[in-house]
Amino acid sequence: MSTPPTPLWEVFVRPARGTNHVHVGSLHAADATLALQNARDLYTRRNEGVSIWVVRSVDITASSPEEKDSFFEPSADKPYRHPTFYTIPEGVEHL
Amino acid sequence: MTSSAPANAEVAAYAIRLGDDALILSHRLSEWSAHAPQIEEDIALSNIALDLLGQARTLLTYGGSYSGRSEDDLAYLREERQFTNLQLTEIENGNFAVTMIRQLLFSCYQHELYRDLESSRDAQLAAIAAKAVKEVAYHVEHASTWIIRLGDGTELSHDRAQAALETVWPYSHEMFADDELARRIADLGVGPLPSGLRPAWLGSVQDVLTEATLTLPDDDWKPTGGRKGLHTEGFGYLLAEMQHLHRSHPGAQW
Repeated sequence: MSTPPTPLWEVFVRPARGTNHVHVGSLHAADATLALQNARDLYTRRNEGVSIWVVRSVDITASSPEEKDSFFEPSADKPYRHPTFYTIPEGVEHL
Repeated sequence: MTSSAPANAEVAAYAIRLGDDALILSHRLSEWSAHAPQIEEDIALSNIALDLLGQARTLLTYGGSYSGRSEDDLAYLREERQFTNLQLTEIENGNFAVTMIRQLLFSCYQHELYRDLESSRDAQLAAIAAKAVKEVAYHVEHASTWIIRLGDGTELSHDRAQAALETVWPYSHEMFADDELARRIADLGVGPLPSGLRPAWLGSVQDVLTEATLTLPDDDWKPTGGRKGLHTEGFGYLLAEMQHLHRSHPGAQW
């Protein structure tokens, strides 16, 4: 078979109402409708989700591994950015 | 299953013929496992096969309970002439277009049938149909998506889809043939008269075929006989593959 491979899609599934869509994997499909159907068949056959997003893999701009140092390391020694320096008033339950 | 057995022999036979349709098409679809054009479709076809197998199990269990036969007795220990499935469900897979046309024609029929059965006077059949109708709605969606892409795709895919339609179409007529049992079931208020399902079916199928730029074939040859146990040449081979394990090792457990 010399058929060119169909485009790659990234699949995001929301496991339940109120939660976020989470990346679960990728698949091949010719267009968005088929990608959605394939995602339904591949990733939600055991009742994993209530909503699916599919995105063409080429449309995702990813951070580069070479830039890892400049992108992520500077935040490693800045603990003051974490909201751990506040005292929580007594009796606050939902924080 | 804890429910009671069918009220009479007719209802039992009716449940078994619907179960046979689901069982045999399920087996045909399972033949695609590891052979589908792409791995995504491989799993999609297996999912549909498993949906149909689930329907077959409940229908055969229910139908068999009238005469003390289990789902396995019915699936594995009957001879070719005792199966009452439509010939449409047993015709060979052919290429992917044949499989998808067969699925479109059958799933659209099953969708009309189950929607009607949801209000059956037989509570058990109504419950089975209510559960299965959602599965079948997706089978229709899946087959439609593919037929539109094959028909309205390249010249090659269009020609193959049209040829597949010509091959499968004659077998569609048997789905709407009213035989003695079907009329009796309709009189009892248990199920719809098959011929009454055809207008809505034709409407749904026509919509998909039009979008797929495919032409409806002529209604000339109308093979029948499946409901009476008369089957196509390939059916014996299908049964041999489906039944040999159970017959070679009676009572084998998973």
